[in-house]
Amino acid sequence: MEEKNSFVREVAEKKYEYGFTTDVQTEIIEKGLSEDVVRLISQKKGEPDWLLEFRLKAFHYWESQEQPEWGHLQMPDIDYQAISYYADPTKKAADDGKSKEIDPELMKTFDKLGIPLEERLALSGTAVDAVMDSVSVKTTFREKLKEKGIIFCSISEAVKEHPELVRQYLGSVVPYRDNYFAALNSAVFSDGSFVYIPKGVRCPMELSTYFRINARGTGQFERTLIVCDDDAYVSYLEGCTAPMRDENQLHAAIVEIVVMENAEVKYSTVQNWYPGDKDGKGGVLNLVTKRGHLRGANSRLSWTQVETGSAITWKYPSCILSGDGSQAEFYSVAVTNNYQQADTGTKMIHIGKNTKSTIISKGISAGKSQNSYRGLVKVSAKADGARNYSSCDSLLLGSECGAHTFPYMDVHNDTAVVEHEATTSKISEEQLMYCNQRGIPTEEAVSLIVNGYAKEVINKLPMEFAVEAQKLLGVSLEGTVG
Amino acid sequence: MLEIKNLHASINGKEILKGINLVINDGEVHAVMGTNGAGKSTLSNVIVGNPAYEVTEGEIIFNGKNLLEMKPEERAQEGIFLSFQQPVEIPGVSMTNFMRAALNAKRKHQGLEPLPAGDFLKLMREKRKIVELDSKLANRSVNEGFSGGEKKRNEIFQMAMLEPTFSILDETDSGLDVDALRIVAEGFNKLRTPQTSAMVITHYQRLLDYLKPDIVHVLIDGRIIKTGGPELAMEIEEKGFEQFIVTR
Amino acid sequence: MDSEKQYIELYEQTREMLCQHSAEPLNILRGQAFEDFRRLGFPTQKVERYKYTDVSEAFAPNYGLNLSRLDIPVNPYEVFKCDVPNLSTSLYFMVNDQFYDKILPTAALPDGVFVGSLCEAAKKHPELINKYYGTLARTHKDAINALNTMLCQDGLFVYVPKGVVVERPVQVVNVLRSDVDLMVNRRVLVILEDGAIIKLLFCDHAIDDRDFLTTQVAEVYVGENAHLEMYDLEETHVKNHRFSNLYCDQQRYSTAVLDSITLHNGLTRNRADVTLSGEYAETTLNGLVIADKQQRVDNNTLIDHRVPHCQSNELYKYVLDDQTVCAFAGRVLVRKDAQQTISQETNANLVGSKEARIYTQPMLEIYADDVKCSHGSTVGQLGDQAMFYMRQRGIPYDEARMLLKFAFAADVLQTIQLDALRDRLHYLVDKRFRGELSKCEGCKMCK
Repeated sequence: MEEKNSFVREVAEKKYEYGFTTDVQTEIIEKGLSEDVVRLISQKKGEPDWLLEFRLKAFHYWESQEQPEWGHLQMPDIDYQAISYYADPTKKAADDGKSKEIDPELMKTFDKLGIPLEERLALSGTAVDAVMDSVSVKTTFREKLKEKGIIFCSISEAVKEHPELVRQYLGSVVPYRDNYFAALNSAVFSDGSFVYIPKGVRCPMELSTYFRINARGTGQFERTLIVCDDDAYVSYLEGCTAPMRDENQLHAAIVEIVVMENAEVKYSTVQNWYPGDKDGKGGVLNLVTKRGHLRGANSRLSWTQVETGSAITWKYPSCILSGDGSQAEFYSVAVTNNYQQADTGTKMIHIGKNTKSTIISKGISAGKSQNSYRGLVKVSAKADGARNYSSCDSLLLGSECGAHTFPYMDVHNDTAVVEHEATTSKISEEQLMYCNQRGIPTEEAVSLIVNGYAKEVINKLPMEFAVEAQKLLGVSLEGTVG
Repeated sequence: MLEIKNLHASINGKEILKGINLVINDGEVHAVMGTNGAGKSTLSNVIVGNPAYEVTEGEIIFNGKNLLEMKPEERAQEGIFLSFQQPVEIPGVSMTNFMRAALNAKRKHQGLEPLPAGDFLKLMREKRKIVELDSKLANRSVNEGFSGGEKKRNEIFQMAMLEPTFSILDETDSGLDVDALRIVAEGFNKLRTPQTSAMVITHYQRLLDYLKPDIVHVLIDGRIIKTGGPELAMEIEEKGFEQFIVTR
Repeated sequence: MDSEKQYIELYEQTREMLCQHSAEPLNILRGQAFEDFRRLGFPTQKVERYKYTDVSEAFAPNYGLNLSRLDIPVNPYEVFKCDVPNLSTSLYFMVNDQFYDKILPTAALPDGVFVGSLCEAAKKHPELINKYYGTLARTHKDAINALNTMLCQDGLFVYVPKGVVVERPVQVVNVLRSDVDLMVNRRVLVILEDGAIIKLLFCDHAIDDRDFLTTQVAEVYVGENAHLEMYDLEETHVKNHRFSNLYCDQQRYSTAVLDSITLHNGLTRNRADVTLSGEYAETTLNGLVIADKQQRVDNNTLIDHRVPHCQSNELYKYVLDDQTVCAFAGRVLVRKDAQQTISQETNANLVGSKEARIYTQPMLEIYADDVKCSHGSTVGQLGDQAMFYMRQRGIPYDEARMLLKFAFAADVLQTIQLDALRDRLHYLVDKRFRGELSKCEGCKMCK
């Protein structure tokens, strides 16, 4: 028993490896949010009028709303006027505006994070868009992708180079009125990635965006838009870290995905924002709206997420299954410890006929954390033949944490089959005993069991990510796992 | 008794039966043999009216009536019985209630009053003996928790209860050990009369050793490509189906 | 909607009459309940526990109330032929919210056991009523509790003293009887002292073709080592609106079986909150709903594991047809110290028509680590294979559907421990599926 406690303590006290800061001159605008700030951001980015209008509409809507009290969360007060909404680490103080060179400090930062931005050093088969604070630092392999007609660039560049595409799809999946944080993001979003896969193209490499918050007193409001045209395929990865700071930093992102006929998108996230220290001080408030629209017949979308960071995680990557025969998946592992809080899950909205969704969620709670699954499965009257299977398991690693399951099902169709099951338990004594009897020490046994428990989800991740995710589960791995 | 003319049928848009012609007279037992996927089970499902299958062409006449116009339960009430290859489990529905509903539906169809409860239970007891079915099984839910062999015996028990004029045994031998096979086959033989006919679908000779079919058909790729006497089954047992595929 | 207003005015205008025709322990809480109700108002559907029922709408019409306690001319023994014939029970009646005491069962209850009017009990055992009344069903958060507490004048009191075993089940038939549309605010208080054992069967009937609106607040105390079985069967009609709040508190080693069966109704909203306060207590919370036409049934439950070593089982099954809209929300809360909790919650729903709609929301909220908890929820239809199998045996389509629906519902009936009641319910459910029970819509009594 003592041994086990020491393990749990070890997990709880595990150091955050990515907590360093980069010493780079950063242009940060004044703190606070007003119409002028929105205009300033738009101006700095040299945006066209329609986008400014979009931002302003969103801003006015946001102003008219109150921050909601959603989820099973104790949210600290957020002072929206104490945050700077734009920080650009690529601008030197006395920038002449012409230099194309990237500050070597920035390159070093991403190297240190394991995300080399020089293509020759890059992970095989992965193109990366590296975003620090409000600005995309570099996007690799752009030329190579261009040959196939694939657009992969920062959303700021996309606004300039492919305005017709951005205008058509931006806000089409997550309207700015969707929720409080979606409105905020729509008003002040800075950078993020834009992906367009043309008809019939199978993207030859994994596309990846790496988000990094660096500057103090800023929030990050990135925006990602992925459009996968008919018969196309893409696998997209998202990773994120932030320095250790004793203040809460706000991260309110939007991800929109449009999947056309017979197309397939896989979206994987390994979220490792700074979770705060072991007393619950600091950490990122991760308030994210992610949604995919399966617009075309037989389209497919799969969300896979490994959530280990952030003081508070509030996100529900969702799918609107409009296309007949479309299929959606949600695979999630959420680990919380210390004072972390996670309220995460998904929404599957079945509209098209013969649509199918699968939800696999694994929560692991340690320390004094609270970990909730919240999900909605909705089958509309027209969605004949809809199928859903949900399985939500929670594992408790300590007596002071909480694990909660709040599934909502709304079925308005007599041909739908919807199944939900959930279990909550601690690590089984029998399993531990069995491992011990085979000579495996308790902490290693716990690690084995936790990894086995999460494996169904981890297996859905691309290889490199799976390895990192396993590491992140805070448990050392022996032998062959993965 | 049963006449099938140029029968075409498909499932999920895929054509499985491609023109079956078959006549079964009173008192005859026909064996239908063929490779996996040849359409044997499709044939039996179409005869009993499984809604999952679509008849695209042809007709089935049963005692002068057009079978294809009837619902599955009407066909059953007319005297057609299928011993399923994989009988489904129906939790919560007791064998007794199930059989009573089936028997009384048939009696109603025949213009008879429902059987009084006492007579019904007595009949259950009698018929159970034919396939040596344990009374405990009869008290359970339909097929629930039955072993493979018990399920098949239960099928023949139901056949005994309902006294069909035309029965189809769809791979009733699959998954049975020698003793169970004997019990099932002997049970079936006890129920045979000069007025009843049957169609036996199987891969193997061993069931036919017991059932002694009058006529044997070879079904390959949705068509009956050869018809003969019992010796045809022996030939298949020896040489397999390949000879037919080659000659086609 | 401003549905609250008429109740606030009603109370302000009739406060004295209410008190005059009631008893002291009930009157004491009225003022606070009124303040609470005025503050709370009816819950909107944004309130989590009232998400699926529009309370304001149900309370908006103008119902009559029998505040001056006029005698309702009815002899329930005459109009009501026992629905559970082979069950020998001690049979009592409540007419609306009044305990019917003109005729009482001949077989005497064991010494010290009380089954009767709450107001009568307040005279005979004021110390008991004062001690327990209103302590579980608090008024500060729930508007239905507040409204009921401020308006109710009488109800039922069941008391089983320490160690007493009541062998014969006690059946209480709630008869709704009125010549005008009527609101009834009924109160139920059940106390099982340590080691007491009783089986209670409540049957709700409406014998007049009028609109009824009933609020019922039941508080149930199950002492150490006491055993309670309580079955609540609703067989009313489409014009009945029922709001029932049940609170049950269980002490060490106690067991409780709480079944709620909705066979026929109009709008039903049942809340059941069970608190496991003593270690090794065990609770079983079951429900069966058969709903069609435009019927609405909303079951909302909470099982609160406060201490270690308790066990809870929950099973709710719904069979839906036509345009019915139903909801199930079941929350299981395992508090920080409630180690070694075992909890299992299941909700299964059979949707039989295009227009029917079901909301289901099982919830697990767990703050202890050494627990075994699970829940499952399904929405589906009758199996195609089973249907075909039955039809191949000659069973007509409708009959096959009925048999399968019955099988689906039988799970819940199997948990009923009173044999005669179980058999009777089998019969009633069967009748219900054949559409015979719902024919009583509007008629005097379904025989």
